[in-house]
Amino acid sequence: MTQTLSEPLFHGAEWDFAMLQRLHDACEEIALGELGLDVYPTRIEVITTEQMIDAYASIGMPLFYKHWSFGKHFTQHEALYRRGMRGLAYEIVINSSPCICFLMEDNTATMQTLVIAHAAFGHNHFFKNNYLFRQWTDAKGILGYLNFAKSYVAYCEERHGHARVERTLDAAHALMSHSVDRYPGKKKLDLRAEEERERRRRDHAERSYNDLWRTVPAGPGKNTTELTADRRRALLGLPQENILYFLEKTAPRLEPWQRELLRIVRHIAQYFYPQGQTKVMNEGTATYVHYRIMTRLHELGAIDDGAFMEFLQSHTNVIFQPAWDDPRFSGFNPYALGFAMMRDIERIVTNPEDEDRAWFPDIAGTGDAMAVLRDIWANYRDESFVSQFLSPRLMRELRMFQVHDDPGDAEGVRVEAIQNERGYQRIRRQLSRSYDVGWNEPNIEIVDVNLMGDRRLVLHHNVINGSLLAEADATRVLQHLADLWGYDVLLREIDSTETVLREHACNPRPVLLPPV
Amino acid sequence: MQILDRRLNPGGKSLENRQRFLRRAKAVIQRAVRDSSQDRNIPDILQGGEISIPPDGLGEPRFRSGPGGIQDAVLPGNRTYSEGDYIPRPEGGSGGQGSGAGQGGGDAEDAFRFMLTREEFLDLFLEDLELPDLAKRRLADVEREGVRRAGYTVSGSPVNLAVTQTMRLAMARRIALRRPRIQEVEQLEAELADCTDEPHRVTLQAEIDRLRTRMRRIPYIDPIDIRFRRFETVPRPIAQAVMFCLMDVSGSMSEHMKDLAKRFYMLLYIFLTKRYRHVEIVFIRHTDRAEEVDEETFFRSPATGGTLVSSALEAMQRIVRERYRPEDWNIYAAQASDGDNAYGDSEMTASLLTNAILPVSQYFAYLEVGEAGQHDNPAMPNSALWGVYERLRSEGHFLAMRKVSDRSEIYPVFRDLFQRRREAKAVA
Repeated sequence: MTQTLSEPLFHGAEWDFAMLQRLHDACEEIALGELGLDVYPTRIEVITTEQMIDAYASIGMPLFYKHWSFGKHFTQHEALYRRGMRGLAYEIVINSSPCICFLMEDNTATMQTLVIAHAAFGHNHFFKNNYLFRQWTDAKGILGYLNFAKSYVAYCEERHGHARVERTLDAAHALMSHSVDRYPGKKKLDLRAEEERERRRRDHAERSYNDLWRTVPAGPGKNTTELTADRRRALLGLPQENILYFLEKTAPRLEPWQRELLRIVRHIAQYFYPQGQTKVMNEGTATYVHYRIMTRLHELGAIDDGAFMEFLQSHTNVIFQPAWDDPRFSGFNPYALGFAMMRDIERIVTNPEDEDRAWFPDIAGTGDAMAVLRDIWANYRDESFVSQFLSPRLMRELRMFQVHDDPGDAEGVRVEAIQNERGYQRIRRQLSRSYDVGWNEPNIEIVDVNLMGDRRLVLHHNVINGSLLAEADATRVLQHLADLWGYDVLLREIDSTETVLREHACNPRPVLLPPV
Repeated sequence: MQILDRRLNPGGKSLENRQRFLRRAKAVIQRAVRDSSQDRNIPDILQGGEISIPPDGLGEPRFRSGPGGIQDAVLPGNRTYSEGDYIPRPEGGSGGQGSGAGQGGGDAEDAFRFMLTREEFLDLFLEDLELPDLAKRRLADVEREGVRRAGYTVSGSPVNLAVTQTMRLAMARRIALRRPRIQEVEQLEAELADCTDEPHRVTLQAEIDRLRTRMRRIPYIDPIDIRFRRFETVPRPIAQAVMFCLMDVSGSMSEHMKDLAKRFYMLLYIFLTKRYRHVEIVFIRHTDRAEEVDEETFFRSPATGGTLVSSALEAMQRIVRERYRPEDWNIYAAQASDGDNAYGDSEMTASLLTNAILPVSQYFAYLEVGEAGQHDNPAMPNSALWGVYERLRSEGHFLAMRKVSDRSEIYPVFRDLFQRRREAKAVA
């Protein structure tokens, strides 16, 4: 196995395009040949600092519709960057096919190798194989869809004015995080068809327009008042947690183009949904892959010792995990945790101890680490990954402990469990729970509306552990919701015993909708 | 695998988003710009720079959990604790903040700081300002010429070929001259191929030949069809304006007053050079004699002496007569002084103003500078010049007058004087 290349791939820091090709080919050989990865075709794009900040501002996507908030983020990033308060990422990678990796032009040759290994192979493999991405995102269609979104927003602005489009998008963005389908069951999104669908709908409306319909007298309205509350809710598909979906389908006064905008924002939220659930795994995979590839390249003599030292330096920066009482601490570093767990799994598979055999009978000592890891990458998300594969040994290494902060307890924050026999299970369960979107994100759903009556929209926030919504933000989001809905909106925060803890109510402002 | 070099792509992709952001936050940013320009030097203002604005109105709210409630968290780096230990909450931290658990981020309610470019800064800084009553427009020198479409021409450069027009003319000509259509010929040829009747074949052949000859004779596109788009240059009327800056530099002006006056003129200078390409500026400074000076001298060189305001007005009158015919020029004047004037000069000043200056000027602004706090004191009598101007005003002459005694008042007063006015002109 250890054949040595006669010549390193590069010397020094300079790189050129022919070299990028060679670097990519060298990484590819190891990634596909030795690690057995399965990736989308890659497209490497070399960009400047400014373009990188641009990409940051539009959530990493190469094209996006225009909105002031992206300008705000751009300005923010730029200011931080200019004052030297923040460095930039070395790369951005996009879950699309072909998989686009942005490389910064001022990376050194070593960094370019690292980034290619990390993004073009690590992330790329994860995007292509992980079940969440396969289930929820359409890698082939996303760029085309964003292009459609961009031109559709521009078209709306031209036709309906900047202000109204901007306000609609503001409102939609506020509700974006609560507008994803969390459970599969619907058919997979086909983003190409989305664009086609919109065009056909509009064509049909134009073709079949007949002014005479306006003059047809409306018959006596169907008497639907005797619908029971349950039946009424069932007809509307309530309770519904996908707020924008509900508005798009049900809001009485939105115009067609506004519905389409809500749909666009909702689709984009859905596209990013898996990324939020797989931070640890996604970054862990990429870090593990780049580590394997770089080490192997060094073994083969394809990169020299100096370059390898440079790599190790930035690698250790990436996987640095400060302790909880360190001023730099801000939660678990997904790179660090993911990488540590995957290295640990490798160890369990190839060189287990008795404890590992007891905890992981299925994988301990099976010998083929890559097969086990590939299976994990394909079939888990952060929450299930941690709850299945966090080993006692790693908990000891990271000195994990669980704290319980009850405001009612005057003594302070209680240490619930530490890294010992009694604590392993509890720590693991708690850590896994902290990656569960069901626990992290406030659980809000639309529960009732009487379309025949006052049309007031009622939402419930199911409060967990007494954690109420941040009030100022909640009110503002609710205002946006009321503006879109066009009638009053009421949000109740209820606990598990159905006790109402707090209520927020909002009346619509006449900013979005045409007058009745 | 593909490698693309995107570096040469046009930059400024988020420029439009940035402009949208600036537009959205305009009110706040404008306030910040004006606040920040108060304690800056003029050259710094020209550089643009960093401003900070409060984040309200720019928030992107989300439903998220607030503080409070029972929090559980797993943390790394336990060195000393055993199960059941208590970690005291830090002083002042309430609820879940103490553990630092999973509370990353928190509310970023800090002011939002960012850079404005020079252009953005000046645009916001000078917005809404304009020279009042810029009424006289005339065809000036060659400089301002526009190009506009002017029909079609038969000669021109290939880039200006008007394809549609050319094809339209060609078609008209083909129809008028009855050029046979190619389909007709093809139809006849097909008929000929199928035809077995010899005499009929001959007639068909003759007909085809005739049509073909005719087609050759009448070309599809003839040079006489070709048209080019024609452009012509048109002179545009422009408004020419001249601004007279009259400054008192006599001995009675203290350093503080001179500083105020200079700041005022600096603002005026920035405003005019930035906003109007066709404004000339004449600097006149006076003691008991007036002289026309260049910008550098006006702002930087010291001078001292007695005070004769009329000398400056005379100089202005002379310059207007020599160089700026009132029929062609919009004439403006801004005068800064501490209000002192030699005894006996007041009448001269008043008559010069009423007879010579005001009739030709569109706008005359007078700025009286004083020692710090001086103008707040109601017991202080009005200065000599203020009195004279006040009288002229009450007689119905149009004069704008303001007092300034502190640096921070300069900008508001300046805005006040050159604010865009919607209401009808109240000129005498």
